[in-house]
Amino acid sequence: MSHLLEVKNLDVKFDTDEGRITAVENISLSVDQGEVLGIVGESGSGKSVTAKSIMKLNPGNTSYNEDAEIILDNENVLQFTSKQDLKKIRGGKVSMIFQEPMASFAPAIKIGAQMVEQLLIHKNINKEEAKSISINMLKRVGIADAEKRFNQYAFELSGGMRQRAMIAMALSTMPKLLLADEPTTALDVTIQAQVINLIKDIIKEYQMGVIFITHDLGVIAQVADHVAVMYLGSVVEKGPVNEILKNPKHPYTKGLLQALPDINNLDAPLSPIPGNIPSPLDRPTGCVFRTRCPHHNPEGKDGKIEMKLIEVEPGHWVDQCGIKCGQNG
Amino acid sequence: MGDNLISVNNVSVNFDYQENFISKKQKIHAVNNINIKIKKGSFFGLVGESGSGKTTLGRAILGANKISSGNVIFHDDERDYDLTDMNKQDLKEYRKKAQLIFQDPYAALSPRMTVRDIIAEPLEVMKITNSRQETDERVRDIASKCRLNIEHLRRFPHAFSGGQRQRISIARALVSNPKFIVADESVAALDVSIQADILNLLKQLQTELNLTYLFISHDLSVVAHVCDVVAVMYLGHIVEMGPSRELFKNPKHSYTKALLSSIPSIDPEKRSEAIELKGEIPSALNPPPGCVFKTRCPNPGVDCKGGEIKMGLIEVEPGHWVDQCCAL
Ligand SMILES: Nc1ncnc2c1ncn2[C@@H]1O[C@H](COP(=O)(O)OP(=O)(O)O)[C@@H](O)[C@H]1O
Ligand SMILES: Nc1ncnc2c1ncn2[C@@H]1O[C@H](COP(=O)(O)OP(=O)(O)O)[C@@H](O)[C@H]1O
Ligand code: SF4
Ligand code: SF4
Ligand SMILES: [Mg+2]
Ligand SMILES: [Mg+2]
Repeated sequence: MSHLLEVKNLDVKFDTDEGRITAVENISLSVDQGEVLGIVGESGSGKSVTAKSIMKLNPGNTSYNEDAEIILDNENVLQFTSKQDLKKIRGGKVSMIFQEPMASFAPAIKIGAQMVEQLLIHKNINKEEAKSISINMLKRVGIADAEKRFNQYAFELSGGMRQRAMIAMALSTMPKLLLADEPTTALDVTIQAQVINLIKDIIKEYQMGVIFITHDLGVIAQVADHVAVMYLGSVVEKGPVNEILKNPKHPYTKGLLQALPDINNLDAPLSPIPGNIPSPLDRPTGCVFRTRCPHHNPEGKDGKIEMKLIEVEPGHWVDQCGIKCGQNG
Repeated sequence: MGDNLISVNNVSVNFDYQENFISKKQKIHAVNNINIKIKKGSFFGLVGESGSGKTTLGRAILGANKISSGNVIFHDDERDYDLTDMNKQDLKEYRKKAQLIFQDPYAALSPRMTVRDIIAEPLEVMKITNSRQETDERVRDIASKCRLNIEHLRRFPHAFSGGQRQRISIARALVSNPKFIVADESVAALDVSIQADILNLLKQLQTELNLTYLFISHDLSVVAHVCDVVAVMYLGHIVEMGPSRELFKNPKHSYTKALLSSIPSIDPEKRSEAIELKGEIPSALNPPPGCVFKTRCPNPGVDCKGGEIKMGLIEVEPGHWVDQCCAL
């Protein structure tokens, strides 16, 4: 069976005043219906840029490589240029939710009016139907007094309610793929738990595919089926969530886990990953992690080893690190 | 007062609130009748959801927020300072001894200030040093203690990463040689690796410089790792407080339990064990009568619902305090 989404060999570059930045390099990912792919990595690793590529939302200074493909429902999104086609990936088959719900809502338009407008663009229905779908969706995400909220502005809602309203709007068009970019990062843990449970229920109910971006490995453990670990624009390790978190192979994945304060293991020291993330302007050649890796051998250090994912266990892919370069400590 | 550095006694902080000039005046009950003692050399954690009053309490202890009732005593070696009864001279001295770490100094300061100027500013404002040379020495000294590159002092902070900015912020807070530090969400915006680095730095500086911290955070895993004593706040009240290990192993209050269970576990096999709290924290304008947590409590008793219950901490184990109803 073909995947709902397949990203193949994607590079994303930006032209800036200081030069050309490689924000994403040679990444390949897939998402099936009803599946959650988590993308985790520190800020600047290219998570948001990857998600935006799927909706072709990156700005004018962006270039994609010729041989990249983003196949959604058997069509290559990267070839889309017409308004009609772009509509499909912007609120049609694909919806996106963000950390900051105000990014989804126009401040001066009521929540309901925005939901209705969006539905009218994407669905062949009338206003009345759009209104009833919207109100039902607001109810579905746990908003009490949905009829009243329908007529309010986003800023009138509390933080948690706004997050729910944004989710309702994203889901009302019944997208096949939901892109969730740090949707719980700004929330308190109790509200985060509510939103995570809601998203999980909805995925089950509607059988959509989801890309869930977060820098929090705990959140990944709670929501994702598969996970891709990104560093400086590259996927360095990917596989089933249980496998990656319990049997990590890449030094970067291990480093992230060792830096994390685990409430169930208070005696473990917090070990930062040494050094700093290099600027994307001078992205290391060869293994991107080599400037900070505690395990590299001289060959890897010189940048002579190319990045390449190798399958070490069924479905568990790791950059060829440890095989060619250094021990697997 | 022996080994305590700070005593917070029955402290409440209210803010006046008026929706518009014709509506009636109301009070925001940000902090209610708080009692805590912070031991010298301790890493005292304050946790709770946003809006629970953590920042307000921290600022009150620094003398940066008015205290509506109660008092805060700072027990210095030679004398006590009563924050509700300080003259100008006292306040000046206290400012040197108790400092706040800004979450992001760059956001709060002029982008035209160099790192050196940012760190030096407290010395100049408080007239602590007598010459530029002396200032520079103190700045260099604290910068190197905070593991900042001395070459970077002449630069502007916009070029720096989150971790470096946080070190600048710490250096600025420590340059006046304070004894007490309030760190308010100091690692909240950082990536885990940088967070680990900053937490280790705070620990190291604590030993090196004999510091006492009030560490405010909404992240319980972080607090559990670095703090020796923790107080859990909800809607202006401390609902539970105790030695960190004891509190995290043996939480008594329904809110603490729910909060702990909401931390997303790193183990994918431990899914949805969260005690889901319904709704959100109520407004501090109209806190519920009786137990402030009762609108969200997963298992309130009959008495709690009636609103009859008075809040107040009782000691259930040595040093472990829980709000009285939940404790029973
Ligand atoms: N429009 C743009 N122009 C130039 N650089 C960009 C642009 N968008 C993102 N970047 C850069 O691309 C890299 C990846 O960014 P992003 O995907 O936002 O990271 P993440 O979401 O993982 O934090 C960063 O170095 C960022 O500065
Ligand atoms: N200067 C102020 N004026 C009015 N209300 C305030 C002010 N500062 C804080 N509050 C209110 O006091 C309560 C506690 O806020 P705060 O101390 O910031 O909580 P926390 O730091 O735990 O998020 C909130 O309801 C907040 O809106
Ligand atoms: S071991 Fe070598 S290839 Fe692997 S992360 Fe380290 S430097 Fe890169
Ligand atoms: S006092 Fe009652 S309502 Fe409050 S937390 Fe305890 S059980 Fe719940
Ligand atoms: Mg991002
Ligand atoms: Mg605060």
